[in-house]
Amino acid sequence: MENLLEIRNLKITTLRGKNTVRLLDKVDLSVKKKCSFGVVGESGCGKSITANAILGLLPYPLRVSEGSIRYDSKDGEKELLALSKKEMRAVRGQEISMIFQEPMTSLDPIFTVEMQMFEALSFHHPHMGKGEMRERALEMLRRVNIPRPEQTLSSYAHQLSGGQLQRIMIAIALINDPRLLLADEPTTALDVTIQAQILKLMNDLKEQNDTSIIMITHDLGVIAETCEEVAVFYAGQIVEQASVVELFQHTAHPYTLGLLRAVTSLGGESRKLYTIPGIVPPGGQWSQGCRFADRCEQCREQCRRAMPALREIAPGHLCRCFLHGEEVEA
Amino acid sequence: MRDYIIRRLLTLIPILIGVSIAIFIVMQLIPGDVVSGILGIEETPELRAMWEAKLGLDKPLIQQYFSWIGKALTGDFGESFRTGAPVFPEIMNRFKISAELALLACVIAWIIALPLGILSSLKRNSIIDRIVRVVALLGVSVPNFASATLLILFLSKTFNYYTPVKYVGLFENFGTNMEIMLLPAFILGSVMAGSVMRMTRSSMLEVLRQDYIKAVRAKGAPERVTIFRHAFKNSSIPIVTLIGMQIGGLMGGTVVIEQIFSIPGLGQFTLTGITQRDFPVVQGCVLFIAFLYVVINLLVDILYTYIDPRISYS
Repeated sequence: MENLLEIRNLKITTLRGKNTVRLLDKVDLSVKKKCSFGVVGESGCGKSITANAILGLLPYPLRVSEGSIRYDSKDGEKELLALSKKEMRAVRGQEISMIFQEPMTSLDPIFTVEMQMFEALSFHHPHMGKGEMRERALEMLRRVNIPRPEQTLSSYAHQLSGGQLQRIMIAIALINDPRLLLADEPTTALDVTIQAQILKLMNDLKEQNDTSIIMITHDLGVIAETCEEVAVFYAGQIVEQASVVELFQHTAHPYTLGLLRAVTSLGGESRKLYTIPGIVPPGGQWSQGCRFADRCEQCREQCRRAMPALREIAPGHLCRCFLHGEEVEA
Repeated sequence: MRDYIIRRLLTLIPILIGVSIAIFIVMQLIPGDVVSGILGIEETPELRAMWEAKLGLDKPLIQQYFSWIGKALTGDFGESFRTGAPVFPEIMNRFKISAELALLACVIAWIIALPLGILSSLKRNSIIDRIVRVVALLGVSVPNFASATLLILFLSKTFNYYTPVKYVGLFENFGTNMEIMLLPAFILGSVMAGSVMRMTRSSMLEVLRQDYIKAVRAKGAPERVTIFRHAFKNSSIPIVTLIGMQIGGLMGGTVVIEQIFSIPGLGQFTLTGITQRDFPVVQGCVLFIAFLYVVINLLVDILYTYIDPRISYS
């Protein structure tokens, strides 16, 4: 396989009463080896569920109704959606790890950090001795720049700060040298100064370990700092995808443009903070036409009648908008 | 921790004094007294005066109370007005029986409730979950005197079972003792199981939604580790609280069930004491039950610190 991860035609549905409601619609994504891939969009666009689907962690009643997720594992290519529970457990934490938005609630409050780090090792190396596990855990804590790692090992979550906890979560996630790290809004719950430190840490670790990262965020600033490729999600679809440089220089989709305008920046003239009017339509309330039409400043009549196809408007730059071509989604 | 335990035990003093005063007043307020119970139709003013003097009931109320509490502080809970036997050893004998019944009931309740509660939370909204919820609701809402009498009726009609007349101790004959105890323990246990099951289910559902459960799964944890080591242990605090309260109630004897199955436990002893206006018996029993409650609650609070490191009393 050329890519590390290939998602094809992924559809996710949920149950609302007795009705099946689509939450994710025909998503295609390819993550190259040793690459940081950004996924950006507002809440409820389907970013997180895509990441959860990769690890088979969708909460009931969400489920993958169609599609394929192929992954180039240490021992050959795998179709993640076809794995047995046991095979999937071997992938989780060892091949693909995940870190979450809320570091404060991501560690089990009643166990020590040490126990939870050892656990991550022992699930995949059942015969590893205590001494070796301790050494490995300390090494990881040092690598994520935790001061006083020995003391931290015997701490509980409530004794540590959010930034420290997210470092520990990263240490746990990387303890088995995974090839892919899914980072679901890893800095959203942190102070701005801590955010920058965590992003730098993730960048450094990625360089050292050749780990690919899928960075899920609603913050284009985070994407700019950490990613090479980016996909913009809107209402369960990809609306634009390109390299980060291309996306920022030749922004094509009105939604992406809106997101960019909504980024706060220091310096520059002071102005009222821009917001995109309206909210993301929830699953089940999507129109036939372009799903962004109701909030789009450049909406035309055509946009309400048919859905634009995701087409290549420049080499490696995909966009789903009639402003850049008349092709209609099949 | 040691200071905390000592402090908690010290609170026993005002609690027990308060309880003893309340019981003393209530015993005065209810109509009838022990003397007319003893004498029956042979009562004459002379006989009554003689008995009242003998039992110390001729003295002023305040003096009666203080002479009782004075002795109680030295560990002497007095003698039964009716039998003349010392109260405390009898309470201990009865307590052993009630405690055995309580523990059996708990074991039965846990064996039923914990696995079903966990299963129900994992298979949320499935057929299993619905059945478990209905059974739990029945357990909570059917009064135990009703289920006990129905069960005895059913067993006697179909299996020729009869409730044993004479109690046999655990160490006298284990088999016979179990024959006597298992049925009432099952009735008590099923009521307990209902509420424990409901608590287990709701507490587990709450914990299973937490981020750290997903994080544990994302590490590649086998389901059994996720469920028992992480989810169940985290959801056990409210369950332990509930169980603690229930044990407290059961240890003090269960009046109705002991009466129906003629088990000479603490509940039966207390009830007899009340009907006979046997003040030292009632006072002794109630104080002992209050003491049990406080101690069991203290044990539960100490247990919290072992479950959750965020709880500490120092």
